[in-house]
Amino acid sequence: MPIANTDILATLENVTFSYAPQARNILEGLNMSFKRGKLTAVMGGSGCGKTTVLRLLGGQVVANTGQVTFEGENVGQLDNQGLIRIRRKMGMLFQFGALFTDMSVFENVAFPLREHTPLDEASITDLVMLKLNAVGLRNARDLMPSQISGGMARRVAFARAVALDPPLIMYDEPFAGLDPIALGVTARLIKEMNEALGSTSILVTHDVPETFEIADYVYFIANGKIAAEGTPEDLRQSEDLYVRQFIDAQPDGPVTFHYPGKSLREDFGLRGGVHD
Amino acid sequence: MTEMMIDRITRLGGFVLASIAGIGHASMMFFTVIKRSLGIFKRFRLVTDQVFFLGNYSFVIIAVSGLFVGFVLGLQGYYTLNRYGSEQALGLLVALSLTRELGPVVTALLFAGRAGTSLTAEIGLMKAGEQLSAMEMMAVDPVARVIAPRFWAGVIAMPILAAIFSAVGIIGGYLVGVPLIGVDAGAFWSQMQGGVDVLKDVGNGVIKSMVFGVAVTFIALYQGYESKPTPEGVSLATTRTVVVSSLAVLALDFLLTAVMFST
Repeated sequence: MPIANTDILATLENVTFSYAPQARNILEGLNMSFKRGKLTAVMGGSGCGKTTVLRLLGGQVVANTGQVTFEGENVGQLDNQGLIRIRRKMGMLFQFGALFTDMSVFENVAFPLREHTPLDEASITDLVMLKLNAVGLRNARDLMPSQISGGMARRVAFARAVALDPPLIMYDEPFAGLDPIALGVTARLIKEMNEALGSTSILVTHDVPETFEIADYVYFIANGKIAAEGTPEDLRQSEDLYVRQFIDAQPDGPVTFHYPGKSLREDFGLRGGVHD
Repeated sequence: MTEMMIDRITRLGGFVLASIAGIGHASMMFFTVIKRSLGIFKRFRLVTDQVFFLGNYSFVIIAVSGLFVGFVLGLQGYYTLNRYGSEQALGLLVALSLTRELGPVVTALLFAGRAGTSLTAEIGLMKAGEQLSAMEMMAVDPVARVIAPRFWAGVIAMPILAAIFSAVGIIGGYLVGVPLIGVDAGAFWSQMQGGVDVLKDVGNGVIKSMVFGVAVTFIALYQGYESKPTPEGVSLATTRTVVVSSLAVLALDFLLTAVMFST
């Protein structure tokens, strides 16, 4: 298996992607690389294709052109067995947790262990309790997903995603819809997990302050391409209009406030004026 | 005028092509489910849990419906047979109607409405909540882990439920025929014993309900798996489960009856 650069765990090379043959390209000539042991953030507005990057890496969708690699293997060309093999090395935290609603908190975290390891019940219990302890939910083990809050569900999903200590952990909008306390807790967990396990983390999000606090490297996606990249420090200094609009949360800028179409003058039959 | 005609023909063609593609897609899914079912025999617990769940779900409605269908068969059968002075054959009529037709068919229709819809909604909501996606990302095949056990559970549960339906129905027919109307109990049971063939009548009924089990459970699971992951999508899929599986059961029943009881 060719591993070109042992420093790099996964790459996207010149990737173009659309969900249907006639649909617009969500990603267009995207290049990214994810370094081992680092926490890389992928940022951008809603619907810009951030989550698609994670789905491409997990092999759930295949790039139209270009290639996606994980540990030097071309993910798009793997068969079912190959995908199972690489997915065992990945943990993914879904936006709303995606806990199995018919299983308790304990069983949710135990699920990957039961499916993929020959461990006996005692060892599974120990491991699950350790993971639940790390997210502060040891005592919530017998609750069902319907009985816990959104923030707690996210933490359970977190424990489940890292149950097998995967080399790559992907987070899909881990901060969306959390209260400030839960938000702080989640950000701290992501950083701690990255440092304690030495795993590579990819964080897809649009929360600037939390991400800049914990990320080692940041990619900004706009219009299917990389609009800017660098360390959080670089980006804070950036003069790029798009980055500035995003970081400073400006309503108008390169990303326009108005949905594109007719001008105000045409719609209201105005002659001249400033609000074109 | 010609443009309108061409437009209509185009639309008809599109509809036919889409229908054929849909059937092809469903067939491929069916064979995928069968192919990936091997693993569940190693973990049969997954299936028995579902049999318990689906069976429990449908037991009350099946038993109560069976009782009332039996009552009605007892009454109607008596009125008709009485005209020809052959009310002793009531037991035979009730038993044959139930084991050959009503048991498998009504059970399948009720199962579609009770358990089928819940399967569709469950799978649809699992899809909408990204649970199937999450499973896939955990390197676990959702078809093997979620769909296959439910499919086999439905196939196993259906004949058992149909048997319960028929048994309760016969008791219903007896209650109306013998204690209420006064048909001779000995004649009721002995005519039934003498006239019902285990292989031809009961056996064929069991085969029918297994076929219905395959059809209804697969349709319910397929609709859930292919539903749009939105509230509207799931509710639409649930409705489709009832409509498609009811029609499938009635059509299959005609075909099976024609083959089984032609001689």
